[in-house]
Amino acid sequence: MPKVGAICVYPSMVPAAVKALRGSGIPVASVATGFPAGLTPLEIRLAEIKYAVEEGAEEIDIVLFRELVLMQNWPALYDEVAAMREACGPAHLKAILATGDLKTLRNVYKASMVAMQAGADFIKTSTGKEEVNATLPVSLTMVRALRDYGAATGFKIGFKPAGGLKSAKDAMAWQILMKEELGRRWLEPDLFRIGASSMLADIERQLEHYVTGRYSSLVHHAMA
Amino acid sequence: MPTVSQVLDSMDYGPAPEQTNHVRDWLNAHEKGLGHFINGGFVVAANPTWIEVRNPADASLLGRVQQGTAKDVDAAVAAARKAFPAWSKLSGHERAKHLYALARHIQKRERFFAVLETMDNGKTIRESRDIDVPLVARHFYHHVGWAQLLESEFKGYGPVGVCGQIIPWNFPLLMLAWKIAPALAAGNTVVLKPAEFTPLTALALAEACVEAGLPKGVVNIVTGDGDTGAALVNHTGVDKIAFTGSTDVGRLIREATAGTGKKLSLELGGKSPFIVFDDADLDAAVEGVVDAVWFNQGQVCCAGTRLLVQESVAAKFTARLKRRMETLRIGDPLDKSTDMGPLIDPVQLSRVRSLVKKGESEGGTLVQASHPLPEKGSYFPPSLFLDVDAASTVMQVEIFGPVVSLMTFRTPDEAAAIANHTRYGLAASIWSENINVALDAAARVKAGVVWINCTNLFDAAAGFGGYKESGFGREGGREGLFEYLQADWLKALPVAKVAKPVKLSGAPVAEAAATPIIDRTAKLFVGGKQVRADSGYSYAVKDAKGRVIGQAALGNRKDIRNAVEAASRATAWTSASAHNRAQVLYFIAENLGARADEFTGRLQQGGQSAREARGEVEASLQRIFHYAAWADKYDGRIHSTNSKKQTTLAFHEAFGVTAVVAPDEAPLLGMISLLMPLMCMGNRVVMVPSESQPLLATDFYQVLETSDVPAGTVNIVTGTRDELAKTLAEHDEVALLWYHGAASTMVEKASAGNLKSTWVSGGRVVDWRNADQGQGAEYLRRACQVKNIWIPYGE
Repeated sequence: MPKVGAICVYPSMVPAAVKALRGSGIPVASVATGFPAGLTPLEIRLAEIKYAVEEGAEEIDIVLFRELVLMQNWPALYDEVAAMREACGPAHLKAILATGDLKTLRNVYKASMVAMQAGADFIKTSTGKEEVNATLPVSLTMVRALRDYGAATGFKIGFKPAGGLKSAKDAMAWQILMKEELGRRWLEPDLFRIGASSMLADIERQLEHYVTGRYSSLVHHAMA
Repeated sequence: MPTVSQVLDSMDYGPAPEQTNHVRDWLNAHEKGLGHFINGGFVVAANPTWIEVRNPADASLLGRVQQGTAKDVDAAVAAARKAFPAWSKLSGHERAKHLYALARHIQKRERFFAVLETMDNGKTIRESRDIDVPLVARHFYHHVGWAQLLESEFKGYGPVGVCGQIIPWNFPLLMLAWKIAPALAAGNTVVLKPAEFTPLTALALAEACVEAGLPKGVVNIVTGDGDTGAALVNHTGVDKIAFTGSTDVGRLIREATAGTGKKLSLELGGKSPFIVFDDADLDAAVEGVVDAVWFNQGQVCCAGTRLLVQESVAAKFTARLKRRMETLRIGDPLDKSTDMGPLIDPVQLSRVRSLVKKGESEGGTLVQASHPLPEKGSYFPPSLFLDVDAASTVMQVEIFGPVVSLMTFRTPDEAAAIANHTRYGLAASIWSENINVALDAAARVKAGVVWINCTNLFDAAAGFGGYKESGFGREGGREGLFEYLQADWLKALPVAKVAKPVKLSGAPVAEAAATPIIDRTAKLFVGGKQVRADSGYSYAVKDAKGRVIGQAALGNRKDIRNAVEAASRATAWTSASAHNRAQVLYFIAENLGARADEFTGRLQQGGQSAREARGEVEASLQRIFHYAAWADKYDGRIHSTNSKKQTTLAFHEAFGVTAVVAPDEAPLLGMISLLMPLMCMGNRVVMVPSESQPLLATDFYQVLETSDVPAGTVNIVTGTRDELAKTLAEHDEVALLWYHGAASTMVEKASAGNLKSTWVSGGRVVDWRNADQGQGAEYLRRACQVKNIWIPYGE
């Protein structure tokens, strides 16, 4: 059976998560860079990344400094993300665009492109803390950006919608989006993740229904 | 059944079939055959010829309907005629309640109709369920409102009578709704003939009519093929024909109804352009092509099948389009995830195949989706032609299948030129993120419906219908309702005695003109110049007492040709601002006023008293002022179409090249009353003035010459009226013809060539001095065509 892609925690929780997951094959990911607002000074954000990596995080989820997007200051945004990429060392970098704060699809597309050019391995919609989190239109825009980036450079970039996805049906909607826009390859965890905390139990309920033909109860499954 | 792990590994889509048991039960109950719906009951003839109805997805038999005979049509028309008085006399509110009940009943059975439609037609359940049936209900609801508002919003208008309606197989129930809802709202009764391939939902709807308590005979449905349709078209008890279908059949109907006084609306074929500018959202435009051409298997009259892509993005766009073709799912239309089902019938499949073959033989490169097709059923894959040019068959002929042809362009001018280089003018789709580029293209394209950054959007609140050989009349919205209404004053016009045509002679008459002045030569007025007639003949013009008062040029078909060409070139008038047109019209009045005495004298020569003649000149000045006033006030509308972030602009656009054949009665005022509304709306006009009193018109061109009217805007050809009228009616460059005279039948028949819009007197006489008849909204409405531009906004 497929496993979850990673367990994502705050930097201070990385040591505990690493300990808990030892031997499971499931990596620890950490949100860093002043999550979720990204408003601490750059040096501190970079130090946060280094701390998490040193404690064993294999993936870092950074957040963009929204002002740089809203001011269309792409060179500055590029420099920041590139510095974060460097601070990650061997760890994977996921760039959270916080699309709910960027507001327009045009901003989302451009920010996606800059994040990928600066070295992001994944682009991710949301911290889960914005007013609006992952939506299908925003996801489609990001997926098309990574498709265009791939066509121009040959690099495969991953996509992670996060926030607001709660049901198995949500998971299906995004899987269909990935399959239709990018193909079967983009349904694997190295290129596609769903950031969710309560979805798993619903997926288990629906699988149970598929197998038994009876509708299942949440309390029959593990709490997330 | 695959295991969970297998599914999670393959990630293939599973089947998602729609249930058919309720519909199968209904089909089984009607196994013996479905009757016509006449006078509220289902009628089976004594020994009917049956038509088998098959499911295009697997060729299985669904049921059988009767081939309607002339007798069946007769019975249906009689039932509609009998129901008409009571139905038309109901208050708008009473009719609104009936339509409301019908709308409700359609909604209560929405899935039934969707499943039956998919089985009958082969369209995917996704479309029948999410597009067709909701639009059907919406159309009825919208017209509940028109029934309610009719008395206050359409003062001076009444129903036409019994409407014969013939609909196609591509949107069976939706086309039925487009026909029946406005007809009933306006107080008409109907006899509708569904297509022989797809009669089932119409008959199911007939049951809903009974269920909803609609009075008997208000809606009648007769099944059958083209012969049944012809019987309906030719039936003398029918007051109006509404037809949706091919341009060829539309032409036959135009000819068959010529001179009968039957009101006619035609929604015909198309070869609509789909224009992608370099600043378009290319992914959105690719998805647009899917909705334009692969929606309903491309069996859509307004399908955007001529794909015009700006050359700088053509490679990128084509690559994305090819990729998208590969992800279309073709198969069982009852599967909820199917994008494309089968074509309607093997006949249509072989037609599409042969046109595609022709496209290849002419050098086109055919790209088709590699998706395997089901073995049974009339399936054809999504297809794209590259390497075609404007002269290719596949760029010109309506294929009515899932085939699109791509050409490139370099400039907006070139895009507009290619887009308009077609005999059709139904729809256009324009893709650009730049509002200036998009609206400019929308203004230039000659089509009744323009979708900016969208395609194939429909709504009951907006008129749908074409320019040019795509037909005339609109369906939907306020503009559509007029097709089912008649102005009271028009209905009340008296029929005139038909005057014997006088043969005009070009020979000398050996009689001096009555007025001893320096000899004058009345010429033709073409392209802003006074020109001699091609024939080199003139005819003697006489006054009321039979005395010669001068000579008028005997114009012929070549003069008409020259006049139409001059009008065709005179685009400046159409593109002038409304204010500018008003100024010119006022100036015409000013200059005519300055010569009032001269025109009064001329009218007196025709036998009017001085008082009458002065009155006609004064009325003419008023009429010019009337239309000068309207020039910048006959506004379009913003339709409240059913979407939140979208505006639909209904523009009143000029036809372009139009023609007037003016009456003999009130020879100055009659001519002015027809010329001015056409000019007011920006049309260029070729006018044939009164045959007996042509000198009023030749005097009048001097007024035009001095009034800043751009050359070619008005062209005047004197001569034998009906001979010139025939040339005008046959002329394929003329888009609209208003005819007053005794040969309405000839004019309407001859107009079938390019399916020009016509407005003929039908032998009736207008009292031009009566402003209720001689001027007003009806003239303005008929002087322009409605172009609906759909503009979604926001990201």
